Amino acid sequence: MSLDKATVRAIAELARIEVKDEELDHLAGELSNILTFVEQLSEVNTDGVMPMTSVADITAPLRADVVTDGGYPEKVLANAPEAAEGFFTVPKVVE
Amino acid sequence: MAYIIQGDTGDWEIVIGLEVHAQVISKAKLFSGAATEFGAEPNTQVSFIDAGFPGMLPVINEICVEQAVRTGLGLKAKINLTSVFARKNYFYADLPQGYQISQYDQPIVGEGELILDLPDGGTRTVGIERLHLEQDAGKSIHDMHPSKSFIDLNRSGVALMEIVSKPDLRSPEEAGLYLTKLRSILRYLETCDGNMQEGSMRCDANVSVRPVGSTELRTRCEIKNVNSIRFVQQAIEYEARRHIDVYESGGEIRQETRLFDSVKGETRSMRSKEHAHDYRYFPDPDLLPLVIRQDFVDGIKAGLPELPDDKKARFMAEYGLNAYDSGVLVAEKASAEFFETVAKGRDSKMACNWVMGDFFAALNATAKTIEDPPVSAANLGQMIDLIKDGTLSGRLAKDVFALMVETGKAPAVLVEERGLRQVTDTGAIEAAVDAVIAANADKVAQVKDGKTTLLGWFTGQVMKATQGKANPAMVNEMLSKKILG
Repeated sequence: MSLDKATVRAIAELARIEVKDEELDHLAGELSNILTFVEQLSEVNTDGVMPMTSVADITAPLRADVVTDGGYPEKVLANAPEAAEGFFTVPKVVE
Repeated sequence: MAYIIQGDTGDWEIVIGLEVHAQVISKAKLFSGAATEFGAEPNTQVSFIDAGFPGMLPVINEICVEQAVRTGLGLKAKINLTSVFARKNYFYADLPQGYQISQYDQPIVGEGELILDLPDGGTRTVGIERLHLEQDAGKSIHDMHPSKSFIDLNRSGVALMEIVSKPDLRSPEEAGLYLTKLRSILRYLETCDGNMQEGSMRCDANVSVRPVGSTELRTRCEIKNVNSIRFVQQAIEYEARRHIDVYESGGEIRQETRLFDSVKGETRSMRSKEHAHDYRYFPDPDLLPLVIRQDFVDGIKAGLPELPDDKKARFMAEYGLNAYDSGVLVAEKASAEFFETVAKGRDSKMACNWVMGDFFAALNATAKTIEDPPVSAANLGQMIDLIKDGTLSGRLAKDVFALMVETGKAPAVLVEERGLRQVTDTGAIEAAVDAVIAANADKVAQVKDGKTTLLGWFTGQVMKATQGKANPAMVNEMLSKKILG
């Protein structure tokens, strides 16, 4: 499978990664190679085989509905580039 | 009662599907142990998981799973014993992880149904496509600073049920009925409080139109986060009209996310969501598939309360009420209980009339709630007993009821205190009747000439002369006997 430049541009935008125009050709080739490599897996016939989610036969553990966490806003905000009055603050995002 | 919009080129119908986000009632969040309570100080109910800190792992809250299953059962839906959480990837300031943990192709609840109670007493069944569990995002506040948005993550990670209807709704009114009924079921089940103002129930509407008679599904637009039933209806009406105008002027509708502006009463495109449909879902590698057991589901099923549809059917069968009245009474569990307390061992039709009439009017007028009613169910029941045993006439009962609202006193006490007992003493009534007849010889003559409608006027005069206490039936009988012979 090969990707064109427009697709690479769209993927970069969705991932919020800045990509210069001159990098697009190279990236398109690199990503296409990765996809081609992974595509080899489709040669294996997996009809009727359930997806394996874990090597051990375990299911998701559940947690009791008890409040055990929170109550440390100063820690939550400690690494915020900007905060005010207990809130994170960001450039205005409004429609 | 099909809802049809007349266009320049012909008649159109609307196709509506609703996505409701219902906040799950639980103490802790879906994947963390932080509290869910509404209205706390900003960022005080946030764990490192909810804030998207690196290396934090989610663990599923079992009560949230139970609530989703309970809601699924309430919607007569298929419960999927295995379901999978997936990441829905998008960037937004109030989504610290950069993705929302949701469910995609394997939701916990599959197809079900919801029955609309139509105003004419009929019903219509609407399909439920699915219900899945997902995390809520944080909250952005835009009015605290001229150039900044303030982000509070208290809501981040709270469990939501996204309940998706099939595109079965055909009018703004049906959309309103759907939301009303869904809210009622959620409240009966106690899985969501249904409070649209606080945002614990939010609605996105998918709207498209097509010519009447066509079965195609045209391009739809999604109107996001409309926070009242009335606004949902307005938004749908506006959006349908917009589609028709575009089609009739030769244009095409582009699939997009739109915002409803409740001040202007219109929808507009949300440019930030242009690429929003490319969410690149994939199974969340932090979470194993959620597997529940059939006996867990059966246990929840056994504990379900009587739901609105069953209660409505029982009210019709047991109390002989019509479909409309039953539907209104069962909409809230508390009002159904109130009615049953009033009706117990009494004339159920009379109980229904008083609850639906004077009582609901008093509830509105006093802005009280059914949980803290202006007149208790016991007192209203006692008042009906007083009507039945002849102490009160219907007319006197209305006065007594007003006094009950005003004073909160029991009807028997008010009857004694204010001397409001109905007069059934023939002598007293006859005296009043004679006096009115004697004073209005001209009108007596008119009645005798055939203008019998005037008899009602005479009744009114006698009631007035007895301060409303005379037994109206006895007055009527005596008047027609004395005047018409």
